[in-house]
Amino acid sequence: MAEDYIYKFVNQIGFGVLGPEEITKMSTVKIVTPELYDNEGYPVDGGLMDIRLGVIDPGLRCKTCGGKLKECMGHFGHIELARPVIHIKYLKVLLDCLRSSCRECGRILLQDKDFEKWKGRTTKALSERNEEAKRDVIGDITGSLKNIRKCPHCKAKQFTIKIEKPSTFMENDRRLTPIEIKTRLERISNEDLYYLGIQDKAARPEWMILGVLPIPPVTMRPSITLETGERSEDDLTHKLGDVVRINQRLFENINAGAPEIIVEDLWDLLQYHVTTYFDNTISQVPPARHRSGQALKTITERIKSKEGRFRHNLAGKRVNFAARAVISPDPKIKFNEVGVPERIAKELTIPEKVTEWNKNWLITFIKQGPENYPGANYLIRSDGKKKQITEETRDKIIEELAPGQIVERHLLDGDIALFNRQPSLHRMSIMCHRIRVLPGRSFRLNPSVCNAYNADFDGDEMNLHIPQTEEARAEAEILMEVPTQLITPKHGYNVMGCVEDSVTGLFLLTRGEGMTFTKEDASQLLTTIGLDAKIPKQKISGKELFSLLLPKDFNYHGYSRAYKKDGPTPQKGDDALVTIEDGVLTSGVIDSTSVGEERGKMVMEFYRKYGPEQTVDFLGKAFRLGIKILFKRGFTIGIDSMDTSADVNNKIQEALDKGQHDVDQLIKEYLDGDMETLPGRTLAETLEIKTVGVLNKVRDTVGQFVSASTTMNNAAVIMAKSGARGNILNLTQMSGCVGQQALMGQRIQTGYKGRTLSMFKKHDLRSPAHGFVRSSFKRGLNPYEFFFHAMTGRDGLMDTALRTPKSGYLYRRLANALQDVKVEYDNTVRDANGNIIQYQYGEDGIEVSKSWGGTIPVKRIVKSVKA
Amino acid sequence: MKQELDYKALLPKKLLEQFEEAVLEEKLTAKQQQEALEKVHYEYEKSKISPGEAIGIITAESFGEPGTQMTLNVFHFAGVAEVAVTQGLPRLIEIFDARKEIKTPMMRIFLDKEISKDPEKVKKLAAQIKETTIQEVVSDFSIDVAKLEVQLVLDKQKMRNMALTNNHLMKALENDIKTATIKDDGDSIILKTKAKENELMETYKLKEKAKETFVRGVEGITQVLPVKEGNEYVILTAGSNLAEILIMKGVDPDRTTTNDVFEAIKVLGVEAARQTIINEAEKVIEDQGLEVDMRHILFIADMMTTSGTIKGITRSGISGQKESVLARASFETPIEHLVDASLIGEVDNLNSVIENVMLNQIVPLGTGMPELIAGKPAATKEE
Repeated sequence: MAEDYIYKFVNQIGFGVLGPEEITKMSTVKIVTPELYDNEGYPVDGGLMDIRLGVIDPGLRCKTCGGKLKECMGHFGHIELARPVIHIKYLKVLLDCLRSSCRECGRILLQDKDFEKWKGRTTKALSERNEEAKRDVIGDITGSLKNIRKCPHCKAKQFTIKIEKPSTFMENDRRLTPIEIKTRLERISNEDLYYLGIQDKAARPEWMILGVLPIPPVTMRPSITLETGERSEDDLTHKLGDVVRINQRLFENINAGAPEIIVEDLWDLLQYHVTTYFDNTISQVPPARHRSGQALKTITERIKSKEGRFRHNLAGKRVNFAARAVISPDPKIKFNEVGVPERIAKELTIPEKVTEWNKNWLITFIKQGPENYPGANYLIRSDGKKKQITEETRDKIIEELAPGQIVERHLLDGDIALFNRQPSLHRMSIMCHRIRVLPGRSFRLNPSVCNAYNADFDGDEMNLHIPQTEEARAEAEILMEVPTQLITPKHGYNVMGCVEDSVTGLFLLTRGEGMTFTKEDASQLLTTIGLDAKIPKQKISGKELFSLLLPKDFNYHGYSRAYKKDGPTPQKGDDALVTIEDGVLTSGVIDSTSVGEERGKMVMEFYRKYGPEQTVDFLGKAFRLGIKILFKRGFTIGIDSMDTSADVNNKIQEALDKGQHDVDQLIKEYLDGDMETLPGRTLAETLEIKTVGVLNKVRDTVGQFVSASTTMNNAAVIMAKSGARGNILNLTQMSGCVGQQALMGQRIQTGYKGRTLSMFKKHDLRSPAHGFVRSSFKRGLNPYEFFFHAMTGRDGLMDTALRTPKSGYLYRRLANALQDVKVEYDNTVRDANGNIIQYQYGEDGIEVSKSWGGTIPVKRIVKSVKA
Repeated sequence: MKQELDYKALLPKKLLEQFEEAVLEEKLTAKQQQEALEKVHYEYEKSKISPGEAIGIITAESFGEPGTQMTLNVFHFAGVAEVAVTQGLPRLIEIFDARKEIKTPMMRIFLDKEISKDPEKVKKLAAQIKETTIQEVVSDFSIDVAKLEVQLVLDKQKMRNMALTNNHLMKALENDIKTATIKDDGDSIILKTKAKENELMETYKLKEKAKETFVRGVEGITQVLPVKEGNEYVILTAGSNLAEILIMKGVDPDRTTTNDVFEAIKVLGVEAARQTIINEAEKVIEDQGLEVDMRHILFIADMMTTSGTIKGITRSGISGQKESVLARASFETPIEHLVDASLIGEVDNLNSVIENVMLNQIVPLGTGMPELIAGKPAATKEE
């Protein structure tokens, strides 16, 4: 068990270049043959799969450490290269070193007097760990030495050194072999290296010319056995095989005294293989390929980019005890519950430690076994061995059950889980919910939390995680539970509230004339929403019914959506003025400004007074009440909701005719040259602006006609007025006129030469030719109107599609740059190295998610004292 | 026993101001005042941020999430004139990247009291500020291939409007173009290249150069637009040149602003740059009809400017200058970072988030922050 492991913490990780001594020291095998397996399929000694490098086959034991598969992490080996080659990743460093040092004496080409000058800057840049500053200094030094033609120390003549791509050094058109380079680099002293940005403890330039090549353990390049029994080797093994093979041939040729030209060709080939072993995507180096023509994935490709080691495996982890399923709504469960299908509840488990007190309780689970819910799947014995609970093992396990063992039991109602929907853009994207095991095959969630997850039910899937330790569960419960996330840290308002039907329901319940209920009906309603309250009267109004949800000491003053800033001041009793006195709704209608998400004023007030749990409880009840009201009353929207009377229809058509006429008038003025130019505009632009103005006005007038003709019994209007869904503009478009279609902030201008569609005359300036849709959705659009409408629709889709990756990248950069900034115990804001960013967060230390819209409602507090 | 605290000293200035205002409005008695003050202070303490809060991530999220809702439409025309402004996501990216060259530099020039009320004087000043080039007063540039001359036909009407004479243009051309002879021909100006070879080519070049010749105004200000704001006129410009505008007569240097962060730091220093970042980011968010708390904007601006220079949120800016090798490598271009680290033998002390995630260790944030310090137990005899 836990005692068997020694827990260690990594405190530091150092980086450096491996020198030849170190490589041979850590090597367990010298690789001499390109063969991998012998005839029996057993790894060859001295081959690339030598079992001293670690094991990847079950059953074999590592010859170095004796460990089995998964126990042995693998060991390095090495190859001795017949001729040294250049490490391609250090090409630039090598060039700098060669150019900046004397070809005879190896001293750096700095004048004696200049050493002091550079020392300060170099030390500063190196100690500050400022990459850019370092690069600048080194760049300046090497830049100043590039053209020095005489060594200031030994007076030897210097020549220009160039790189001939990909990896050949040329000195005055003479090729420098890696051997020559190596001898030159060896002459550079440690002190001089400092000015080239190399610390001798970590690296020596001659180590960047490889004489021995480390061979990575087989565990990091495992082969896979195909179904046919054939072995398929890893790309790295392939590449290393090439290196070994060419190296052997080079050895043989040198020993046989082959002509220099053959040796050099082989040497270049070796260089090529070693280069592509490190990086197979270098320009001007043809990538090494599989026989199938697919490029090999070598070391660099393994590390870099999104699918590379860093971002895919190191920064991203995979977990157990997780589930994923389609989501669907269930307004009857609580906000902080998640409906889990039984099948998932049987698969995911919670480890429960056996004690004297819960032993009998746990036995009931074991008896049920893994198949029946609620049961248990595994038992973990005190020695850490995991045993499956089956028909056969069940009785023995129950018999041996003792404190200290762990039973992995199925999920139960009330267990803690983390629920998540991607993209996880803010912290409300992963919240803690309580399990509620339900029949069916989808996760169920309350529609009110959809906004936080940005979820809908058109096929969205979400993930569920079950924390396995007490610490994790405690953190989830205290820091991440739904009620604690009610207020977003983005701007300090509630993200959860009543939505859709429940808003409509509450609106209908509490508005002016309202609804009345008999005592029986009312108590029926309250019981279904889970409220046990006394109904004081035989007949009860909607407002009174709603008041029963409120605590007796709750006071609130606010406005509803009916309130208009420039309108008359609402009096008590008006729908516009919402007043709650001592827990009684005495005036006003409840709509989305009170209980809705994003800006639910009443929710905010409630939250400040009663805290998260009670608020969520209240919201849940209000939500269910709203829905039940709709159940009772009935609510439907149909095509007749868009009907307008013949009289209104005529008025609308008149207004549209007039608009069209006005535009024609403007065009005439323009063509006759009677139009006056607006300042800073051309004549054509002036016409355009005026036309748009006229057409917008037309749409507004139509909107007014439509909204004036509707009654409060119209379902669409009720939804718009209560803030549940839609707005008056939608209604106008459905029953009045769709209006101007705009592309890039203009009327539609693009299309054929001189006209938008081939059916119009050239240079037609009238409204229909530039995307004014006169029809309403109900009447139907004619073909060109439909086309224009589709154009703007497509534009919108394009915009979203192009925006998502851009904003995603911005988010990634922001998150990466800011991720380690935190508030310290002294309330300062600091980054990972303790640099102070702010002395107090946000200049007043207020956390947005604990505030009221980013501040504290001082006025309300002062008022409350007065009252 | 309840201790009397000086609540007023414990509250931030802004809350205190609001409090005093509300107290006056409600006419509270001294006792009520004290009670209210206590309550406000209680609420303030309740709203304070807790140590360990990963405020950086919260800020990143607060910008990342609304970013998905912003428009990609780049341009928006301010008012009636053609002063275009970059907007929405592209502008936000521009600000956070700390781009040196922004797409649409802009200035908002406030004027001295004597001028700002008088539209005529404002117009005159605006005309003075606007950069005028030759092409604005020339109706036609034509090349006479036979004579190898460029003829600039002057638009006398426009010149009169701008109060320009031939002399002005001649001077400007003479200053700018040294490779040609310039002749004033009354209704036009004739340029003839002095080059001895490739004359036609040179003549063509001459024409292009003449077009861009700067006549007067402030360099870089391509458009001016006097706008009435409240009871005074301000001048909006396309193009920005803070250094020269600020010293102009009639300009109120205290209120005049630019949207170019780098110009702000060059002319006024890092504090001004910080304020510019804040103003510009706030404007973008507001124009998009979104809401993001001020603290997040302040935080990013502080993050970008604490070093005294402007660091963008890019691989060469904040992310690229982190101390930890692994943190840098995990962001972008990992190989380069590892190679550089190996040369100087960098040591990663694992004190930020991402390295510890990589190593499956506890992250030094939030609940991972507290550490237990315990004395070493005295060695027992057996050991």
